[in-house]
Amino acid sequence: METLLYLAHTEADGSLSKTALEALGAAASLASDLGAGFSVGLIGEDVTQAANAIGGCGAEKFFAVSGPDFGQSRYSTDTAAAVALIQAASATLVLAPATSRLARSLPGAAQRAGGRADTQVTALAVDSGSVVATRWYYRQRMFSNMTRSQRPWVITLSPGCFPAWEGEAGSPSVEAVSADAATNTTVKGVLAPSADEQTIRPDAEMLFVAGAGWTKKQADGQTNVGGAEKLILGFLDQAKASLGSSKSLVDLGGEGQEVLSFLSHLHQVGQTGSTPRHAKGLATCCHGEEPHVVGWRFITERRAVNLDEGCGWAQGKADVLYVADAFEVMTKVNELLGS
Amino acid sequence: MSGFHIVVCGSIVPDPLQTLEPMQGPTGWALKNEMMLPAVLDPWAGHALYEAANLAANVPNSKVWLVSLGPKAKLQQVMMSVAQKAPFDLVVLDGPAGGFTEAFETAQALAGAIEGIDGLDKSKLLLFGGWQSASRGASATLQIVGELLGITDQFQGVDKITPEGDGFTVLERIEGGAYLESSCAGAPAVLGWATGSLPEPPNNPQIGMQNMQKNMPAIQRAPATAVAAEGVDFKSVELPKQVRETRIVKDTPAQDIAKELVDWIRG
Repeated sequence: METLLYLAHTEADGSLSKTALEALGAAASLASDLGAGFSVGLIGEDVTQAANAIGGCGAEKFFAVSGPDFGQSRYSTDTAAAVALIQAASATLVLAPATSRLARSLPGAAQRAGGRADTQVTALAVDSGSVVATRWYYRQRMFSNMTRSQRPWVITLSPGCFPAWEGEAGSPSVEAVSADAATNTTVKGVLAPSADEQTIRPDAEMLFVAGAGWTKKQADGQTNVGGAEKLILGFLDQAKASLGSSKSLVDLGGEGQEVLSFLSHLHQVGQTGSTPRHAKGLATCCHGEEPHVVGWRFITERRAVNLDEGCGWAQGKADVLYVADAFEVMTKVNELLGS
Repeated sequence: MSGFHIVVCGSIVPDPLQTLEPMQGPTGWALKNEMMLPAVLDPWAGHALYEAANLAANVPNSKVWLVSLGPKAKLQQVMMSVAQKAPFDLVVLDGPAGGFTEAFETAQALAGAIEGIDGLDKSKLLLFGGWQSASRGASATLQIVGELLGITDQFQGVDKITPEGDGFTVLERIEGGAYLESSCAGAPAVLGWATGSLPEPPNNPQIGMQNMQKNMPAIQRAPATAVAAEGVDFKSVELPKQVRETRIVKDTPAQDIAKELVDWIRG
């Protein structure tokens, strides 16, 4: 019989993130499928708000490592806290959200606890009493259904793959667990673009992908990067979409070409970029194939606008391909969205 | 500043433009024609190597090693080009580099190789690598190597390091396109790199010649290293169903396309 621990950390405001609630939903569901109970382990400066918010989740016990040293994202303190929680709960199976904070620390925590970690799991099932995890390989090109014998087995769950837990709040009794806070690392803060400059929105309904075609010569023989910037930012603002880009577009900056000023490697999707999860995706001026498909693996509905009917990326990969000038189309789209 | 001893862990992966297909081999899951596929240095490990070389060039008394676990024949091919990018000493383990091996076993092998590096001062050690491989994608190997070497200051998704005294400031990617800024009092530390902030260096044949002269023997004497996936049971490995019925819309006014798109966006 597995002893299951749901492990999460609080956000700066003391709440649990959407990704954390998705992992809680997965943990509660898996515990039910296994016919087992589960415990909650929380890390944060003050976990009271978070524990109360999920008080009705059905967990048998709540554990927490808390205090000022554990309010910030830092490998040394997070790993120590996670190990302490795993040991306090005598966990054999640990489910946690794949936030940047836990993605950094839990593989080390699993190692220190004598177990193993599998990361970015996208589905869970129970087969003949065994937990089976689905995860992807070779940059989302293939997936396996796997299980393992080592315990504790620490599993981080990808965002956007499980329904978020919803339920009653409560006021559970939380058992305090101590952990070593020794560290040589001082967190100085978060560097984030201002709200009006923010173009990466993980929770957005739509991903807008800009390809290198936006910076190429147009029908008049001239480039129109300024016009492209205006159109793209206008669309992002009105549709509240998240922005992604192809590697080739981001790399143009390093080659001395004029590029979209707001793009960085953080926007890059695909082989050496991210694989975001959004309900809809609109690609414009993209002409790659497999690397772009990799970046779009988890986009549910996909449409594309470009000038090449035979585009290897769009054919068989997008639901709809509009063979048209993206400048003209997006100008009209922005007009309609603004009307 | 007493300098850093920078060890970069990085191996090879199939060229991203290749079509990959899983198959059950005699020793477990692998890629079809895996040994025939053209290979490249794992992209994020490549960024780590270029950042390491830049750091070493800017911090006196620093040195770079590249520790690589992979089939040595393929490593030799890839190193012919990688060696032209930056100066480093190569440490090679001859073993599998595929995605279906276990992060823990790979980490054990790498940690053992790092422990055996002559002249490495672990008090100056910065352990670099990609924050995940383009094969296994575990985002776990570096952390485990760090744990095995007793390093508890670790950073992942790193895009920038700035030396400060004996320590450094580091930017790590976090959610929503933001960075977490931290300072670390000094080595040892683990840094798993994302794309970093440097372009790929141009080929330098002179550096390539120097690298290959000292590193060819390392490839030739690479010890055979067994790495598998003990304890893991792959029930299946599959390709996702990729083909969609693409509706082509052409010879249509931009206004009509825009209206259809806006209906879809709002729908």
